[in-house]
Amino acid sequence: MTGDPGLMTVLLAMFAGAIRVSTPFLFVSLGEMLTEKSGRINLGLEGTLVFGAMSAYAISYHTGSPWLGVLVAGICGSAFGALHGYLCKLPKVNDIAIGISLMLFGTGLAFFFGKAYIQPSAPRLPSISFGGWSDHPGIRQALEINPLFLLGIALAIFLWWGLKNTRYGLIVRTTGDSAPAALALGINVNRVRLLATMAGGFFAGIGGSFLSLYYPGSWTEGLSSGQGLMAVALVIFARWHPIHCFWAALLFGAAGALGPALQSIGISRGYHFFNAAPYILTLFIMIVSTSPRRSLKGAPGELSITK
Amino acid sequence: MSDAGKAVTGKRAIGVETVGMTKIFGGLTALDDVSIRVAPGSFHALLGENGAGKSTLVKCMMGFYQPTRGEMLVDDTMVEVHNPRAAHAIGIGMVYQHFTLVPSLTAAENLVIARADTPSVIDWAKERTALNAFLETTPFKVPLDVPVSGLSAGEKQKLEILKQLYLDQRFLILDEPTSVLTPDEADEVLGLLRGMTEAGELTILMISHKFREVTAYADDVTVLRRGRVVGGGSVKDLSVQDMSRMMIGETEIRESAARADQPEKKLKLELAGLFADDDEELSAIEAISLKIHKGEILGIAGVSGNGQSELIEVLSGQRPLKDGRIFIDTKPYEPARDQMDAFKVFGFSEEPLRNVAVPRMSVAENMAFRTFDKAPISPFKGWLSPFPMRKRAKELIAAYRVKTPSTEEPIENLSGGNVQRAILARELSGDVDVLIVANPCFGLDFASVAEIRAQIMDQRNKGAAILLVSEDLDEILELADTVAVMSEGKITYQSPMAETDRATIGHAMAGHH
Repeated sequence: MTGDPGLMTVLLAMFAGAIRVSTPFLFVSLGEMLTEKSGRINLGLEGTLVFGAMSAYAISYHTGSPWLGVLVAGICGSAFGALHGYLCKLPKVNDIAIGISLMLFGTGLAFFFGKAYIQPSAPRLPSISFGGWSDHPGIRQALEINPLFLLGIALAIFLWWGLKNTRYGLIVRTTGDSAPAALALGINVNRVRLLATMAGGFFAGIGGSFLSLYYPGSWTEGLSSGQGLMAVALVIFARWHPIHCFWAALLFGAAGALGPALQSIGISRGYHFFNAAPYILTLFIMIVSTSPRRSLKGAPGELSITK
Repeated sequence: MSDAGKAVTGKRAIGVETVGMTKIFGGLTALDDVSIRVAPGSFHALLGENGAGKSTLVKCMMGFYQPTRGEMLVDDTMVEVHNPRAAHAIGIGMVYQHFTLVPSLTAAENLVIARADTPSVIDWAKERTALNAFLETTPFKVPLDVPVSGLSAGEKQKLEILKQLYLDQRFLILDEPTSVLTPDEADEVLGLLRGMTEAGELTILMISHKFREVTAYADDVTVLRRGRVVGGGSVKDLSVQDMSRMMIGETEIRESAARADQPEKKLKLELAGLFADDDEELSAIEAISLKIHKGEILGIAGVSGNGQSELIEVLSGQRPLKDGRIFIDTKPYEPARDQMDAFKVFGFSEEPLRNVAVPRMSVAENMAFRTFDKAPISPFKGWLSPFPMRKRAKELIAAYRVKTPSTEEPIENLSGGNVQRAILARELSGDVDVLIVANPCFGLDFASVAEIRAQIMDQRNKGAAILLVSEDLDEILELADTVAVMSEGKITYQSPMAETDRATIGHAMAGHH
């Protein structure tokens, strides 16, 4: 390979960074997508993400097994999802308000329990090397892929297939698009939404475990910086389609990787501006992909934002 | 379920009977000792006004409600139906007035998910073959691979019926099945169902208030009033007058105001080439040009969803106009509050609680929407004086016979007819030059319907130019001086009422005729 080594470095760094940064986005957005497909919005996933990060780190530290940490983060996420699903079932309860309070609750709880884990160092998730064929160190380093990313791709494909080809998939879509139709079919709408929110919480918890156990790779309170909320925008951008969620996550990941990638070749001017890229991208995407005169295409009919 | 097709032809129609069915909600007796018998393979109509107990009866039969007393027999055997699933298990299915299809799912997905035994993983190739085999056994044809949101109302209604047949339900309850269909679509659907009952494959119990459909398709009829059976029998022994007398009873119905001759033909409201988009940014109305004169009712007929609601929204300022202009008295008009006031433009529509009232505000406040910013309610700019507001509301409540506990009652607590009367009082109590009305009688009882239609006619006779959009063709036929038909966002037909008839209008509603 020839060409400008600086550009090469930036591209490789961005590739690696996109994969790294997109992984939590992918998990949270898939979880949010599944929840929204059932007809509820869970804005609490930001809190779930942070709590997942803390609990995964704590478990990994105590047991020495990062994978057990990932599992526990998922289970904690499900518990938050169950709380959201249960509260929303009560009469006159608004899912968005519950989501916001659970977001604050999740982050607060994580900070409370997490104070003890800021200092110690816990075992982290290993990465899988796909770069053995190359002797270019940059390529080898870029192809150190984290296993959760691969799991996320598999999950996206599975959800895409499952929503079309399984009974549970059809039930979730039915519940999300028309609660009266679901009731007429004898579907327990609240239970479907509870389970979908729990599954969504599980994915978001896993997304959180990635933050503390792989990249950045330690537990701090400023770990998430709003990724759980950006995932909501990402789901709208992806039009509730699992595969599109993957591409959208990758795009957000690449935007997030821009600042560090440029810094790696010594361009530090505008570093903070490039770090803000995902947020600017979120805003930009929301503006161009929606219109005041048009309702959102592909949105589940039961969502409180589209009703 | 590869044997779906076989099962359909194998099983025959079932008969259902209710004996002394009674349902009491708190202090209200919704159903009082109702016994009806629907013979296997018959087409039975259930007639009655809104609130007569038709829905309560079928909901008891479907297991949504448990009757307080009384029992149900299926093929002369007593059955207990604890929930809709139990009703399905004995072969009783219901087609609801509002579609119960899932809009984003395709017809095939809707059918497969409706089944009780949907496999965990769906083998679409196999299901497709089974569905096609099933479709061969029925007269209804519907495209399987299009999301339901893309189907026409007629296709959706056929799919609803197909779904019940696919589930092997041999006793179908249809709740106002033709309310969203054109007359031609209605005839097609009912004709096919009639054919299936004659072949002994199906029994039908149809809730309806359209005498035309009852006399044309039903074998027997039962009439309910205030929760009781007040008559019935074989349709061929009963005239429409007999049936309507049974439905209405002794209630005084206000005579329709006579149509006064209008001496001068002066142009009042002109719509010139109106274009507007719907919420998907697709064209909803195209090149709507209409002229309405003083003292004329122009009725716009059409099946819902053909751009009528968008037209009404444009005229009431709720939707931006893309192109075209509106003139009143040849002066340009824009639907803003000050111009509505200046040109004396008023209007009301169906489901006022959703469209033209604020449900949780009081009756007095809702009645003051047109006048709250003027003296005497607002003596100084920005200030409200509640006493004149209440006084005015009291006068209107008396004049329009609105039944309400007080002027301070939230308007959502009133019955449908009284909400509409309160809105009528607000809109019609002053001088009206232009009146824009959409489905004003939707879901109301006979007495309110007659009252509201008489009020509209009064306004016409006083010289208002009235645009009446209605999905109820009978309403158009009764009230309009001129009829126009709206189909796919365009005016496809227009004629003075004297020179047209129901069949011609009906064909125009279906488009391209």
